Amino acid sequence: MVKKLFFRLPRKSHMVALKRPSFLLGLFILISSISLALFPDLFAPYDPNVFDYTAIKQPPSALHWFGTDNLGRDTFSRVIWAYSVNMQMALFATIFCLAIGIFVGALVGYYGGVADMIFGRCVDAIITFPFLVLVIAVVAVLGPGLTNMYIAITLVGWVYYARLMRAEIMGQLGNDYAAAGKVMGYSDRRIIFRHLLPNAITPVIVYWMTDMALAILLGSSLGYLGLGAQPPQAEWGVLIAEGRNFITTAWWLSLMPGIAIVLTGLGFSLVGDGITDLMRPRG
Amino acid sequence: MTQSNSALLSVKNLSTSFHVGGQKLRAVDEVSFDLAAGEVLGIVGESGSGKSITLRSIMGLARRYGEVTGEVMWQGENLVTKPEAQMRKIRGKDIAMIFQEPMSSLNPLLTVGVQIKENLVAHTELDKKARHLRAIELLDLVGIPDALRRLNDYPHQFSGGMRQRVMIAIALASSPKLLLADEPTTALDVTIQNQILKLILDLSHELGMSVILVTHDLGVAAQTCDRLAVMYGGKLVEKGSTRDVLRNPLHRYTMGLLQSVPENVEPRTPLFSLPGTPPSLMNLPKGCAFAPRCAHAVDACVETKPPLEGTQHQVACFNPTQPPVGAGGQS
Repeated sequence: MVKKLFFRLPRKSHMVALKRPSFLLGLFILISSISLALFPDLFAPYDPNVFDYTAIKQPPSALHWFGTDNLGRDTFSRVIWAYSVNMQMALFATIFCLAIGIFVGALVGYYGGVADMIFGRCVDAIITFPFLVLVIAVVAVLGPGLTNMYIAITLVGWVYYARLMRAEIMGQLGNDYAAAGKVMGYSDRRIIFRHLLPNAITPVIVYWMTDMALAILLGSSLGYLGLGAQPPQAEWGVLIAEGRNFITTAWWLSLMPGIAIVLTGLGFSLVGDGITDLMRPRG
Repeated sequence: MTQSNSALLSVKNLSTSFHVGGQKLRAVDEVSFDLAAGEVLGIVGESGSGKSITLRSIMGLARRYGEVTGEVMWQGENLVTKPEAQMRKIRGKDIAMIFQEPMSSLNPLLTVGVQIKENLVAHTELDKKARHLRAIELLDLVGIPDALRRLNDYPHQFSGGMRQRVMIAIALASSPKLLLADEPTTALDVTIQNQILKLILDLSHELGMSVILVTHDLGVAAQTCDRLAVMYGGKLVEKGSTRDVLRNPLHRYTMGLLQSVPENVEPRTPLFSLPGTPPSLMNLPKGCAFAPRCAHAVDACVETKPPLEGTQHQVACFNPTQPPVGAGGQS
């Protein structure tokens, strides 16, 4: 359904978005990031986990572009290998939130009433806590590790999608085509998922793009705190945490993965902006 | 009341109330009327008089938000108490409805062809090819040129009038016996209004379809309707053939409405307008809802609600402009 939506947009609006250099830049960053994530072995010059005691804490050079760490591991290779973990985070920490949020938000938005009231209280309860604190609490209960981190983020994060989806569906309900679907005798399922949802989903998709950038940031934060990915797995947060002790003598250890985080986040944001433009023009 | 047995649709004592902040608002109050097959009935009244809610109550759309009581008899069944799942089979198939805003009543993301065929999928047994042919036929029927090509167009590629035609095409897809039109021409240009009204009227004659046309425009009602019902404060105040009601209005409110239509007046002369505003549903008067604005109100008007009296031409008024025929002659 969503796919159809993308393909059926008028051609003119595609062109407008594609002409924006920032969107192209974002797309370029994102495609590069995905390639690095899918095929790290093609791009990384060294094995990310092999110690080399002859090259310890070397500054960036032609041999080791991003320098080496205290065990002689090549930082460039580790940052590249971390792409697969961090891009995976961007996807898995958000995709279940997206799916649950769209589903729940569409239903409570459409039916309202008691379900909506219960949902409203749930939202209130969850958003009054700082997001990170709540996720850390859930991870602390479940134990550290990537899978538990995804579970924790999904438990908390779907609320934001559902809230957005609910508001959009309620906005769309004001249009007569929703009532028209009703008077045509269509089922609620058909009205919600075929008529309302495709019209209401754009802001949610855009939010999803930004949220993927935030998920990388969150995943790295948890990794840094030792609650997400576990060493020796190469993950940007873990890499930054490992470099922390040598920040005065080997600055590249923390800076390089930091730049990777910023760059990837930028890519997602620019693409998100581009998609907003792409989907905005109608008529 | 004259043809309660042969009537296609028979509405008896239909009331719809909404609960707002602990208060019960009666938007439709004991409305009764009959509709014969092929007849065009107009319901006229100001904004907030309960016209649209009446239509939505007939369709079963109001009960999700409020309390609907009374009877809507359709082919021997009472639609008010009919379960939602069964109502779905009637909606769009036997009873169709079109709305005021052609701009927003089509889904902007689907082509009109898809939207017409969707109704056919839901209510007919036609196969894919037959549905395609029927969709072309329908667009032809409502006067959209180059139907085959326009099937693949999106709603935003149509003008307002054309969109209303598309809406009518969708509504007619499964050959309904009754069309409920909720101010179908209000959002359109005057010239387009006439075309759409003529279209609805022609289709009604051609297909033998009954129409309930809700409007606040007396001119529109006069052009199209066989019979008129005037609504005020949720109640029917006058009902009769269009000719009788417009030529010979009995209720003071109908009289006022007719006087507010500027006709043959000199330029720059002040126009007649009814004094006061329609009552809020929050505090409807105890007696006749129109009494506070009525220059001819008698004592009884303030205390009791006047019943609808008469045979052919009915009126709910204690002091009508003239006694209704067959109503014991009190005035």
